[in-house]
Amino acid sequence: MSAPLITRFDGPRLLAGSTAGLAEHARRRGPFPAQAVPHLIDMVGAAGLRGRGGAWFPTGRKLAAVAENGRAAGGAHVIVNGAESEPAAGKDKLLLRTVPHLVLDGAELAALAVGAKEITVCVHRGAGLADGLRRLVAERAAAAWGSRLIVTVVEPPRWYVSSESTALAQFVEGGPGKPRSVSTYKSGVRGKPTLVSNVETLAHLATIARNGPEWFRRTGTGDAPGTALHTVSGAVRAPGVYELPTGATGWDILNAAGGQTAPLQAILVGGYGGNWVPADALALPFTPEALRQVDASPGAGVVFALPRGACGLAETARVASWLAAQNARQCGPCFNGLPAIADDLARLTWGRDQTAFDRLRFRLGVVDKRGACAHPDGVVKLVATALRVFAADVRAHLGGPGCPGLRHPGALPLPTPPDPSEGWR
Amino acid sequence: MTDRLTVDMIECDGHGVCAELVPELVDLDEWGYPIVADSAVPDHLRKHARRAVTLCPRLALRLTPSPR
Repeated sequence: MSAPLITRFDGPRLLAGSTAGLAEHARRRGPFPAQAVPHLIDMVGAAGLRGRGGAWFPTGRKLAAVAENGRAAGGAHVIVNGAESEPAAGKDKLLLRTVPHLVLDGAELAALAVGAKEITVCVHRGAGLADGLRRLVAERAAAAWGSRLIVTVVEPPRWYVSSESTALAQFVEGGPGKPRSVSTYKSGVRGKPTLVSNVETLAHLATIARNGPEWFRRTGTGDAPGTALHTVSGAVRAPGVYELPTGATGWDILNAAGGQTAPLQAILVGGYGGNWVPADALALPFTPEALRQVDASPGAGVVFALPRGACGLAETARVASWLAAQNARQCGPCFNGLPAIADDLARLTWGRDQTAFDRLRFRLGVVDKRGACAHPDGVVKLVATALRVFAADVRAHLGGPGCPGLRHPGALPLPTPPDPSEGWR
Repeated sequence: MTDRLTVDMIECDGHGVCAELVPELVDLDEWGYPIVADSAVPDHLRKHARRAVTLCPRLALRLTPSPR
């Protein structure tokens, strides 16, 4: 494997000091780059920016598609996705706290570029972000900063699937925060083509508008340039959010977090709908291209280090149950299949149930790609990669000494899901 | 012109009419929800596929042009 090309790293670009106020923001980043708007889509394309919400889709192409569909439909809408319902992720909340004006600049620039008249910022409910952001929006209006488009801030419900793009669009227009079948590019908020873009992606976009595509490409890999934020947790000395050039290896990322505190057996990459990879994958650059070799993706930047002594199956069983309970009760294969998968895995993990194991492998194949959104696919990926990476543990559970992690407390965080009485609004 | 059968899983309630009308293209999972063939609808099944689309009680089934 050839080494990634990290040409230069001048330090963090987004996490370069907290600039929560507009005056500090203006001082550090310079004026709102309105002059970039006519060329912005081309600039973002030339910069090679890819979405940091998990899909790593080329942002320039997404902008161009929404702009084109918006022209045909007579208007577009922009949603800033800061819902971050991924329990092991914290980067979007951190950006909204430390560089909110950079994110808002990015949202307004993107809205101007795609011809949207309205922007909705979706933030994680209960994170205490909404009121502060509303004050900042007012601060910008009072200072005549930015686009002067309408910006509203809302808190979708905390359900895992409610941060999915179509679910956000449905919530923003007044409906339940549940996924829909039609892509937001085509029909989002009130039928308007809608750009749903992650907080980090929009912050990068605002730096590209100011500094240009060549500057953006000065660090990171050719295929996925720039820097990326990783939320690192598990057996590391300093869990937290770290900004590194793309192309940084798993070891680089763990070392940024102070290094490992124990021998490691596996890494959860991307998020709860992500992939387990064996610890030797830490030698790979954590880019979409390099991680594809181990059937993984950097996703939303989650990197969780599982120490030896913990049980990967038990961790996965707990997370799978948590995810299964958070389906939107819409698609049969999802609301039937995910609880069945979680149950099979629990029986395998705690019940030495060989039949459940056989059934589980069959069901993973049946449920994959059968929902309107990618929620079932994420659970299938998590469980399928667990069965592969922890194959020795599967054997230990089924016929051997049993669960190696019985005395090891669960390590992956599982926030209390919303109470069903909260509904989906 | 090649079409594929697709199902809107949010609309689908698992009535299973499609699997009765075109079993060549639609299987049901253990919960009664359709598993639709990912291949183009062959000419000799087009009439049956169209009937399945029309008779789906939830109007969840569609014939959509294949990508390329």
